[in-house]
Amino acid sequence: MNLAVKTTEAPAGSLEVSDLYVYYSGKKAMGPVTLTIPGKQVTALIGPSGCGKSTFLRSLNRMNEMIPGCKVEGEVRLDHEPIYGPGVDAVAVRRRIGMVFQKSNPFPKSIYENVAYGLRIGGMNDRSELGGRVEAAIKQAALWEEVKDRMHESALGLSGGQQQRLCIARALAVAPDVILMDEPASALDPIATAHIEELIHELARDYTVVIVTHNMQQAARVSHNTAFFYMGDLIEFDRTEVIFTKPKQARTEDYITGRFG
Amino acid sequence: MFGREHTDREYEHELHQLREQLLVMGSHVETIIGDSITALMERDTALAERTIAADKIVDRMEVELDGLCLQILARRQPVASDLRFITLVLKVVTDLERTADLGVNICERVIELNAEPQLKPYVDIPHMGREAQAMLRDVLDAFVAKDAARARNIIERDQVVDALYAQVFRELLTFMMESAHNVYRATRLQSIAKYLERMADHTTNLAEMVIFMVEGEDVRHLTSRGETDESVRRNDHN
Repeated sequence: MNLAVKTTEAPAGSLEVSDLYVYYSGKKAMGPVTLTIPGKQVTALIGPSGCGKSTFLRSLNRMNEMIPGCKVEGEVRLDHEPIYGPGVDAVAVRRRIGMVFQKSNPFPKSIYENVAYGLRIGGMNDRSELGGRVEAAIKQAALWEEVKDRMHESALGLSGGQQQRLCIARALAVAPDVILMDEPASALDPIATAHIEELIHELARDYTVVIVTHNMQQAARVSHNTAFFYMGDLIEFDRTEVIFTKPKQARTEDYITGRFG
Repeated sequence: MFGREHTDREYEHELHQLREQLLVMGSHVETIIGDSITALMERDTALAERTIAADKIVDRMEVELDGLCLQILARRQPVASDLRFITLVLKVVTDLERTADLGVNICERVIELNAEPQLKPYVDIPHMGREAQAMLRDVLDAFVAKDAARARNIIERDQVVDALYAQVFRELLTFMMESAHNVYRATRLQSIAKYLERMADHTTNLAEMVIFMVEGEDVRHLTSRGETDESVRRNDHN
């Protein structure tokens, strides 16, 4: 399969995970995890620090491979195609499954260049085509009105919330199917956080969004589905309204109600 | 790990306080039911008047408990069983307060009846009163014990009270048909029976809420909802 080329029919963007384990230096950090993340919905991953949720998130676009001593077993399929299959290019996987990090990390370049970067790497050189894609991505990230008059100024001059939305625009520019977000609003004030949450709602129309958050109210607000991880195990995965009103597992109930012992 | 108490002691204390206060309110209402029936049986107007005054405590507690619930909702953003518990308290206090009001209504009728000679020996009405009081006591116990089975049993007992009411109603009708002089007292007794029947209905609501709190299942209006589904299906076929 060629992951770099999207088929013409709109893919659902679902991620099927089966018997997934992650080891760091031979020690199991997470697994076994089996679940299907539905396409074009927001799925939140919650759990205490060290529960394996970020490890799980990183295994969804092979980001773990950058960590020395990390080994992944099991299968992850994007629209039925294995992303860990033989001959599958990890860079191509990351193009279809983009990532946004806790701390916004714009390049020390202009706003425009930040978003155009991924497209240039992908071989796009036509100036007007680039311009159109950059504008569309920034609009989709709900940042256009704030930056349209200073596209060629440094991205580092933007506020924290704007930088985070720029990073989302950068991820969107290469037309992925899935956006992974690792605590995307934890360093932002409540207003900037509300902008990001609003944006996540919007993005779910066109993309599958998987978000790691320590803020349980945020998970309750933004997600359609919630997965609760504890000590490397997936404890419960269900519709968010079920998790927050009537979870099936006592450990989920104890965690979300604040009974940590 | 995963004990049953909240890590935040203050939050735990607030929920504990809410539970305690709700039980205190419940026991006040239980006393009002018992005293209103005693006032009827013993023709004790002074007790009826004291019982009417005691309702003020229940009214005050309703307001206080509502306030506490709103405070917890605003400050703690409760979820799962905590959320079900708090939304339950908000509804329970309404049913409890109305039950106490019905007790006040009984006392008002008792005061009117006590100004007249007794119409007949009271048999079924005190039976209804004891049953309404026992149902309330049991629903509070079921609430404390988080016992859905006991709550289900209370729902079934409502039919006993309904049957007693029908019986009292028929009997009082015969008194009224016998002589117009009986109508004033018979209608008052009929009202008292109706108040007790309504109390049992409120207690049934409470039992349904306990089931929701424990199991997360909404068991209200199951029959009528079932009928609606059926009628929808029937209409589809037409």
